Amino acid sequence: MRRYSVFAVAREGLRYHSGWERAWRSPQPKKKYDVIIVGAGGHGLATAYYLGKNYGITNVAIIEKGWLGGGNTGRNTTIIRSNYLQDPSAAIYDKALSLYENLSQDLNYNVMFSPRGLIMLAQTHHEVRGYKRTVLANQLQGVATEWVTPEQLKKLVPIINIDGPRYPVMGGLYQKRGGTARHDAVAWGYARACSDMGMDVIQQCEVTGVRTEGGKVVGINTTKGDIDCDKLGMVVAGHTSTLAEMAGFRLPIESVALQALVSEPIKPCMDVVVMANTVHGYMSQSDKGEMVIGGGTDSYNNYTQRGSFHHIEETVRALVETFPMVSRLKMLRQWGGIVDMTGDRSPILSKTPVEGIFVNCGWGTGGFKAIPGSGWGMAELMAKGHSPLTAEFDMYRFREGKFIDESVAAGVAH
Amino acid sequence: MLILHCPYCGVYAEETELHAGGEAHLKRATIGDSDEAFEEYLFMRENKKGVHLERWRHANGCGKWFLCARDTATLEVYGTYPAQTTEPPADIVAAITAKHPGWSWKEKA
Repeated sequence: MRRYSVFAVAREGLRYHSGWERAWRSPQPKKKYDVIIVGAGGHGLATAYYLGKNYGITNVAIIEKGWLGGGNTGRNTTIIRSNYLQDPSAAIYDKALSLYENLSQDLNYNVMFSPRGLIMLAQTHHEVRGYKRTVLANQLQGVATEWVTPEQLKKLVPIINIDGPRYPVMGGLYQKRGGTARHDAVAWGYARACSDMGMDVIQQCEVTGVRTEGGKVVGINTTKGDIDCDKLGMVVAGHTSTLAEMAGFRLPIESVALQALVSEPIKPCMDVVVMANTVHGYMSQSDKGEMVIGGGTDSYNNYTQRGSFHHIEETVRALVETFPMVSRLKMLRQWGGIVDMTGDRSPILSKTPVEGIFVNCGWGTGGFKAIPGSGWGMAELMAKGHSPLTAEFDMYRFREGKFIDESVAAGVAH
Repeated sequence: MLILHCPYCGVYAEETELHAGGEAHLKRATIGDSDEAFEEYLFMRENKKGVHLERWRHANGCGKWFLCARDTATLEVYGTYPAQTTEPPADIVAAITAKHPGWSWKEKA
C-alpha cells in the first residue's frame, strides 16, 4: 500500500493523478478464515483492524450485506464524546475518544477528527442536577468535563437563546475534548488498513445462515457461497436479532428507526456541538457549513431505515426555540438508520451461547463515538476470550440485573 | 405516517395520537419464577424483521390499549384487535398468512 502524504500529493500532482491505488481490494471469499466479522461498518472494521494490529490475527474476512459503511456508520451525526455517568461506559467511550485523537496518524487516513468541544444543555432543574453529578463522576473517572453557566455558554455559542420561554438554558455539561469526525472516512480508513494487512473486505455479500456443530460455530452461508471459520463476530447493529436467530440464540434487543437531517450550507456560526436532551435535538455545523441535526428515535419496531415525519417536526420545533436562527434555514435532506436498543441503553459486547460466536451490538443511538474503543475491546475479547473494556457489557447482565444504566443517567437517547 | 384503526372507538388514528407499547402477548413472570423467566419477560423480545404483534395505546383519543399486527420490514398493517385476548384472532392470522404463507405465531410454532 502506498502511504498518503504531502509527497504523494505532490508526486501525483506532477503525473496527472495516474498513480493513486484503490484504497482496498475487493476479493472473492476464500474457503476458510480464522475469523469472520459480519458487518463492515465502523465497529466491524475496527474489530478486524485491532485483531490484526494488536493480536496478529490477519486471516480475517469482513462480510458486508450492502456497501462499506452504508449502515449506521454513514447515517449518524458524527458526534464524539465520552461524558458518561457509569464507569464501564466512561472507560470504553474514553478509550474510543483517545484512539480517535490519533486515528488519522494511526490509519494514515484523514478521518478529520475535530475536537471542537461538546456541550449538553441543561434545560430543567432535573438536568442541572444530573449533569453536575455527571461532571463529578467524570472527575473520578479521569474524564475531563466541566459545568458551564448560561453566561459562559452564551459566549461559547453566540447563536443560542438562553432565556427561551419554555426551556431556558440553565447551564451545560462541557467536554472540551469532544467533537466530530468524518464518519465515512472512519470506515474507509479502517477498511484500507485492514485490506493492507491482508484481510478480505467482501461487500455485497449477505449472510443467509450460520452453521454450528455441537454448540460451536463452524462457518456461515452467504450469497457468495459457504465460508468456514473458527470464530465469528456479529457486528451488524439493527439486524443483530435476525443474525442471532440464524445462530439459534436470542438477544435483549429491539430495532427502531433513528433519524437525522442537514440544512443548506451556511457561513460558520457554531464551532461546538450542542445537544439539547430535554427537547430531543442536537446540532453541529459540518465543515461544508450544513447544520447537522439529530433527534429522538421512533417508538415502534422498524427495519425500514426511514422514520416518522412528525419526529423531524418535533426536533426542529425544539431547536427553533433554542436556536432562533434555525427558523430561517431550509433543510436539505433527511435519512434514517436502524438502531438496536437494549433495556439499559448500553451496548452488548459478549460471548454468546454458541462457542466461537461473539456479538457486538446494542449501541443504540450512540455508536459512532465508540467505534475505536469498541473495536479495541471486541478484538481483545475475540482474541483472548476476555477484555477488561467489555467485561461489564456481557449479554447476561440483564438476567443478573447488573445494568449499566445510561438510560436513567442520560434521560434520553444518546 | 402510520395510521392505525382503534378497535374501541373506531377512529383511524395517526401515529401522533398513539403511544407504542412494544411486543404483545408477553407472559408475565411472577414471584418464584427463575431469573431466566424474568429476563425473558422484561428484556427478551422477538424483534422480527417481518410480522410483529404489538401493543398500542390510543393515548390522545379514547385512552385504551389495543393490539396490532404490523410488518416491520414494509410498515404494512395487517389489522388491529382488542387487547382482551391471549392470541391473535383468526381474521388477523388470515390477513398475515395471505402475505406470508406458512406464518405461525411463536406460541403455536
